[in-house]
Amino acid sequence: MKKYIRHPGSLIIRAIVYLAAAFTVIMLGFIIAHILIKGVPYLTPDLFALKYNSDNVSMMPSIINTLIMIVLVLVIAVPFGIFSAIYLVEYADKNNKFVNVIRLTTETLTGIPSIIYGLFGMLFFNYALHWGNSLIGGALTLAIMVLPVIMRTTEEALIAVPLSYREGSFALGAGKVRTIFKVVLPPAVPGILSGIILAIGRIVGETAALVYTAGTVPDLPKSIFSSGRTLAVHMYSLSREGMYTNQAYATAVILLLLVIIINRVSALIAKKLQK
Amino acid sequence: MNKIIDKLMKVVFFIAACASIVAVALICGFMFANGVPAIGKIGFVKFIFGKVWKPGSELFGIFPMIVGSLYVTAGAIIIGVPIGILTAIFMSKFCPKGLYKFLKPVIDLLAGIPSVVYGFFGLVVIVPFVRENIGGKGYSILSASVLLGIMILPTVIGVCESAINAVPESYYEGALALGATHERSVFKAVVPAAKSGIFAGVVLGIGRAIGEAMAVIMVCGNQARMPKGLLKGVRTLTTNIVMDMGYAADLHREALIATGVVLFVFILLINIAFSVLKSKEAK
Repeated sequence: MKKYIRHPGSLIIRAIVYLAAAFTVIMLGFIIAHILIKGVPYLTPDLFALKYNSDNVSMMPSIINTLIMIVLVLVIAVPFGIFSAIYLVEYADKNNKFVNVIRLTTETLTGIPSIIYGLFGMLFFNYALHWGNSLIGGALTLAIMVLPVIMRTTEEALIAVPLSYREGSFALGAGKVRTIFKVVLPPAVPGILSGIILAIGRIVGETAALVYTAGTVPDLPKSIFSSGRTLAVHMYSLSREGMYTNQAYATAVILLLLVIIINRVSALIAKKLQK
Repeated sequence: MNKIIDKLMKVVFFIAACASIVAVALICGFMFANGVPAIGKIGFVKFIFGKVWKPGSELFGIFPMIVGSLYVTAGAIIIGVPIGILTAIFMSKFCPKGLYKFLKPVIDLLAGIPSVVYGFFGLVVIVPFVRENIGGKGYSILSASVLLGIMILPTVIGVCESAINAVPESYYEGALALGATHERSVFKAVVPAAKSGIFAGVVLGIGRAIGEAMAVIMVCGNQARMPKGLLKGVRTLTTNIVMDMGYAADLHREALIATGVVLFVFILLINIAFSVLKSKEAK
């Protein structure tokens, strides 16, 4: 403490730094507490009815749509993400021009805001391909959006696999593809998984890219070519209409819980990886 | 047989690797091909610098939205950046280990909360607060700035923290050895060395703020006119697209896509600035 008497400026600086960190934590705590306190009382069984109508703005169809959306996006994005990471780590030269182009494009994809993805998806899938508002159009749009996330985490996981694994496998006479699938990929699975879970988090929370691609129909879809709103879009519609504030709170609770669970699982897997 | 599979799979991996290139090419192609002709039809100057947006009478000037986006983003930076950088400094240099284990997931969670939830929070908390305590209708530049300031925190904190962590420990130790206090060593020796990384974080935060749509739309009021003050409503580039796209047709719709092109150009410039700063940091 003595040194602070001689350097009062340092004490002030320390106080400011502490205040800033406290603000960040308190802000998050406040947002979560506010939504839980106001929302949990409105989580009635009615809100989970299978059918949506204007008397009962059930979120069940939207939850099912969200699950369909997650499956569709992952089916498209995961193979592309993992395979391109394999190409980058196992095949390409590090200073290859082609690799630099891929890096540049994935970085660009990361920086594009979701509303631009939404516009592009609308122009390409809805108009150019004449699909109209459809779950598959939304899923393809989101697949492009989460591709860099899966690529980056897979790449990191693959790089972390020691070179000796590959050399051992080659020495036993295994081919390159066999080595990749039997020796390199298995230890990288937790890393890849944490990336996939991150991607799920983004799918669950996405609105701007879906409103004009998958659309806002609040019913169960007949096929992947029919329109359907996900939970986040459902919540956006409820809060924009202004008549269902309490139900919007309840939906926010479910969204928050999903995000918290997804975050924790991803962190747990990442922790396991570090050991 | 195995040789054939090896060759075949190499091609498969290569094709997958092209996916991101194809995606960027498609996005750029479709955005510009659909947006640029509209700008041509309206007239570049009339479109970018026109102050009136009245689709009903074929007036498509997006200058109010460009200014609106810049105001809201500037507000977010004023609020979010100082708190973000200081929090990053706290996490890197002041935080006890036990507390860090708690704080890190908190920041991650802040990044994971969907923007609709932020927007809803702004709608039910920040807007009424501004209306009752500061004035105006609450749907304002101020509300949007505060909300965006909170939303960019995790981005700024993440990038700045890794930039500060990347500064060699010897910088800090050297300052301490010269008799500086812990705070002085951190702020005068470590933070200046992390300068370009911190700038990169700020730039990334700007990108997040300018591109955010769903949260802003709920708190900013969306009036398509030149912003008149901190407590008045405003429309941004992103909210212009979301607000009107639902019912727009013909030239109106094309003008909205052109609005997207303008936003896209802003984002590309920000991305370039970010990678330049990042590569500077690596040196």
